[in-house]
Amino acid sequence: MSKVRVLVGTKKGAFVLTSDAKREKWEVSGPFFGGWEIYHIKGSPLNPDRLYASQSTGWYGQNMQRSDDGGKTWEPVGNKFVYDGVPGTHQWYDGTAHPWEFKRVWHLEPSLTDAETVFAGVEDAALFRSSDGGKTWQELAGLRGHGTGPKWQPGAGGMCLHTIILDSRNPSRMFIAISAAGAFRTDDCGVSWKPINKGLYSQYIPDPRAEVGHCVHHVAAHPSRPDTLFMQKHWDVMRSNDAGEEWLEVSGNLPTDFGFVIDVHAHEPETIYVVPIKSDSEHYPPDGKLRVYRSRSGGNEWEALSNGLPQKDCYVNVLRDAMSVDSLDSCGIYFGTTGGQVYCSPDAGDTWKPIMRDLPAVLSVEVQTLA
Amino acid sequence: MICVVLPAHLRTLARVSGDVALEVPPPVTIQAILDALEAKYPVLEGTIRDHVTRERRPFVRFFACQEDWSHEAVDAVLPDSVASGAEPLLVVGAIAGG
Repeated sequence: MSKVRVLVGTKKGAFVLTSDAKREKWEVSGPFFGGWEIYHIKGSPLNPDRLYASQSTGWYGQNMQRSDDGGKTWEPVGNKFVYDGVPGTHQWYDGTAHPWEFKRVWHLEPSLTDAETVFAGVEDAALFRSSDGGKTWQELAGLRGHGTGPKWQPGAGGMCLHTIILDSRNPSRMFIAISAAGAFRTDDCGVSWKPINKGLYSQYIPDPRAEVGHCVHHVAAHPSRPDTLFMQKHWDVMRSNDAGEEWLEVSGNLPTDFGFVIDVHAHEPETIYVVPIKSDSEHYPPDGKLRVYRSRSGGNEWEALSNGLPQKDCYVNVLRDAMSVDSLDSCGIYFGTTGGQVYCSPDAGDTWKPIMRDLPAVLSVEVQTLA
Repeated sequence: MICVVLPAHLRTLARVSGDVALEVPPPVTIQAILDALEAKYPVLEGTIRDHVTRERRPFVRFFACQEDWSHEAVDAVLPDSVASGAEPLLVVGAIAGG
């Protein structure tokens, strides 16, 4: 019988939640790495028991952990992230040039073709790759070095590379996104990169249609249609039908188009989910009502999903990597909040229940569907 | 033997309980102690001092004999009582945040 494993990263440790396909009763293990910030945990699609976790604190920096038994035990692996060559500068908050400084790993993306290979998106923004199961890391320096790097600047959360999408049909192609630089694509395994931000409009930068500088919060794609990308920008929900060559706004009837997460139904490539947040300074749901919005038309037409979610006095946020889906027949949708709740909908968003109510603030949620 | 007291997070990471005993030939300095510590526990590389610059991480402090050695040169010779093991070198996570 199938089961699901939910990997939760929080401000004070990691948790692994497991259930059978009914997704009603959950076993909880953790906290792992108690007291450390776990920005992201993700499993290899080739070897689901191979998990990678990013572990950091402001005191002791970055560590990386690996599990080869589905999260029961963990071993520290390599934590040395050194920029290739002379790092150079990017823009600081005040517009001055600021040297690149490694701070932490925001996102881990295990390879689709090799269980020993994993990519890491880091702050200050850069992309690293390990080909030995996380023991050593090398920068794919073509991204930072392609020319626009000196114009990148940090968002409020830091200048982070937070999204990595591996093209399931074209192993040479990869998408990444940086706050606040924008989205980028490589078609040659990471050697060269191009900004893919045409169509984005951001009033908070001097040229709202600039090639780079957009505060992209998250990007998602369905594995069967990797050319169709969905983006939650700082403000605006966008889509691209041509691998990022051009973006169209699909915010439609959302109550607010600010937010952080966006994800795609496992079996319906045009069904997408967002969690609208009131504004860039008020990081909580409008009207104190926690609602996921679903579009079955790839955007523009949205319906509120609230059955089982708090509809009064709710002022949590849902951070950019804190939503995920399983691939069971009835697609499960999961998200975690800064208030420490992890919600699951076993019926594609129609109804919701909390799996956990009182965790530390949730930074990331990933789901594995296991045979 | 030199005695080093690590903060709880780093003891957990290095999988040690209690204080750490290290052989450090003279002159005993913070740099020499950290070199020996990282050689014995490679997982601590990058956690106390930066991988590249080798500088102390901003929220880490070094105390010995009731004195703050954090801002002293890393090659300054520590007191004899630390070198003899009578007093420990404390690696401390600074009080910051919540």
